[in-house]
Amino acid sequence: MEEITSPKNLSSESPSSLGENERLTSLIGGGALVLMGLRQGSLRGALTALTGGGLLYHGATSKKSITDTVGDAVGVGQTVKVEKTVSIFNKSPEELYQFWHNFENLPSFMRHLKSVTVIDEQRSHWVVKAPGNSTVEWDAEIVIDDPEMKLIAWSSVADATIDNSGFVRFQTAPPGRGTEVKVVLEYNPPGGIVGMTIAKLFGEEPEQQLGDDLRRFKQLMETGEIATTEGQSSGRGREGSTA
Amino acid sequence: MKAVCWHGANDVRVDTVPDPKILNPRDAIIKVTSTAICGSDLHIYDGYIPTMKSGDILGHEFMGEVVELGAGVKNLQIGDRVIIPFAISCGGCFFCNSDLWSLCDNSNPNAWMVEKIMGHSPAALFGYSHLFGGYAGGQAEYVRVPFADVGPLKVPDDLTDEQVLFLTDIFPTGYMAAENCQIKQGDIVAVWGCGPVAQFAIKSAFMLGAERVIAIDRVPERLQMAKEWGGAEVINYEEVDAGEALKEMTGGRGPDAVIDAVGMEAHGTGVDALFDKVMQSVRMESDRPTALRQVIVACRKGGNVSLAGVYGGFIDKMPMGAAFNKGLNFKMGQTHVHRYLRPLLEHIQKGDIDPSFVVTHQLKIDDAPHAYEIFKHKKDNCIKVVLKP
Repeated sequence: MEEITSPKNLSSESPSSLGENERLTSLIGGGALVLMGLRQGSLRGALTALTGGGLLYHGATSKKSITDTVGDAVGVGQTVKVEKTVSIFNKSPEELYQFWHNFENLPSFMRHLKSVTVIDEQRSHWVVKAPGNSTVEWDAEIVIDDPEMKLIAWSSVADATIDNSGFVRFQTAPPGRGTEVKVVLEYNPPGGIVGMTIAKLFGEEPEQQLGDDLRRFKQLMETGEIATTEGQSSGRGREGSTA
Repeated sequence: MKAVCWHGANDVRVDTVPDPKILNPRDAIIKVTSTAICGSDLHIYDGYIPTMKSGDILGHEFMGEVVELGAGVKNLQIGDRVIIPFAISCGGCFFCNSDLWSLCDNSNPNAWMVEKIMGHSPAALFGYSHLFGGYAGGQAEYVRVPFADVGPLKVPDDLTDEQVLFLTDIFPTGYMAAENCQIKQGDIVAVWGCGPVAQFAIKSAFMLGAERVIAIDRVPERLQMAKEWGGAEVINYEEVDAGEALKEMTGGRGPDAVIDAVGMEAHGTGVDALFDKVMQSVRMESDRPTALRQVIVACRKGGNVSLAGVYGGFIDKMPMGAAFNKGLNFKMGQTHVHRYLRPLLEHIQKGDIDPSFVVTHQLKIDDAPHAYEIFKHKKDNCIKVVLKP
C-alpha cells in the first residue's frame, strides 16, 4: 500500500527539518493540514510526545528502519495516513465532542467497526470486521482528552495487531456555519499476508472510507438517521445495496 | 405492486416489484394517486443519464395518500393527501436552512460518486439514477418517501390531482426560472422551448411583472399552447432565425432576460447543433447545449440568463466570450421546490393559475411504455402525460 497523505506533495519543507514543537503546533492548531507536518514522522509519536511520554516508537523519528525500507520497496507495511474535515450545521462543538467521547457510539457511523467496548476512562477494546466473517481486535487508549480544545486523541496499545492512532477535533466554524470536525488517522499495518488483509480491510481508498464515515456522522448528527436505499424495492427484487 | 422500471435506453417496462417498506424513522409510504412523466425523465429514457441500473423505478413527479409512517414523522397522519417535492431534503443541514433545498447535504447516500465529478453533492432526487441517490421513484403504486416530515405538503380536497400535481416539479421549476430573471418593469423575457416547464415559466414571468414574453420552439401545438394559454408571442425557429427575429421584436436591444427551458438534449438547425449531435452520440460530449449557446448570444447586454433545463455533464463550444463581454448574469440549478410549495399553492387556490391546462394525456400506469414513446416523439400532440396507478 502506498503512503497516503493529503494533499499529496504539497509539503515543500523537508519533514525532518520540522522541529517537534512545530509538529505539535500544527497538530493542535487543527486548521492547517496536520499531515503535512507528519509526512514521515508519526501521529502516534507526536501524540505521545504531547502527553510527555517521549518518543517511544520508532515511527516517531524521521529515520526509517531497515524493515520499513524493505516494506516500502515491496509496497506493504507502509504507514497509511488520512485526514478529512466536515462541517456540521446544527450542533455545537460541545455536543459533538460529547457524542464522540463515548467510543461505543463510533460503530453507528463507522462502517468497518463492529464494536467498541469502553473498559475504563483510558482504555477501550476495538473490534473490526474482516473478510470472511472474521474480526481483528485490539485495545486502544485515550492519549489526549481536552474538553477545552474539544480534542480527543487515541492510540492502540503497544502489542496491537494493527498499530493505529488518531484524533478528532471539534472547532467552531465561522458564524452560521456550525462546527468543523477534523479527523486524522494513521495505520501501520504489519507486512506480509496479515498486512495485505488488513490493508484490504481498511479499503483501497482509506481517504474515501474516512470521508464516508464522516459523512454518515454528519447525517446522523444533522438528521438523526443515515440516508439509505438498502432494502428498497426495484425491478431487480429487494435490494441488498445500491452503491 | 406495479412500477415503471428502466431497463435500458428506450426500454421501460411495467414490472411487478416488492412493495416498499419503511427503512428509516423519518420515512413514509405513499399510495400514489397520480404521477407524471417529466421532460427530464426523457434524458434517462434516451440513455444520457449515467449510473442508471436495469430495474430502477422511475418518476419524480407524484402525489398520493399517506399509508404508513415511520416513528419519527409527527406532522403527518395516515390518510393525508400530499404532494412530494422531487428533490429529497433533510431539513437539518446548512443548505436546507438557507432555503436552498435542492442542495441538501444529507439525502444522497451515494454522495461520494457525485463529489468525484462535481466537487460536492447536491440533494438526492427520486428515481433519477444512482449518482443522485438511487432512490426508487414514484411512477409506481407505492413509494417510500424519506424525510417525510420535511417534504410532503398536505393539499386541500377541493383541488383535483391535476391542479396540484405539478407543484412537485414543473410549476416551481418554471416559476424559479422566471424569478431568476429578476424581472423589472418593462422587461421582455424570451423562453427557449415550449415544453411543460416553459409553459409555467411563461405564466410565471407574467405573474412576476414581465411586459412581454416571447417563446421559441418548433412544435406547432406547443407554440400554440404558449400563445393561447400563456399569452406569449411565439417564434418557430425552423421558419425564421430566432436570434434575428428576437432582435427585431425587441427594438434591436435583445430580451432583458432569457430562459433556457430546454437543457442537455436540445435540437437545432445550425452546424453547432449537428456537431453536438455527433459528439453526444459517440459520448464525447454529455450534453447538447444548442439552446444555451443561443440564449447567451440573444440576451441583451447586462441581461439575466436563467437555466431551467437540466445539464448533467460537460459541454463544448460555449460562447464564453459573449457571456463575459456582454456582462451577463447567470442563475441556474435544480429547483428549490420546498421554497415555492405554499406560495404557489396559494396562487392555485386564488385561481391565478390552473396548472391542469398543460395535461394532454391521462393514461393508466400499464400504458407507461406507450406514454414514454409518444412523449419523446411528440406524437399525438403529446405535451404532458399523467399516469394513474
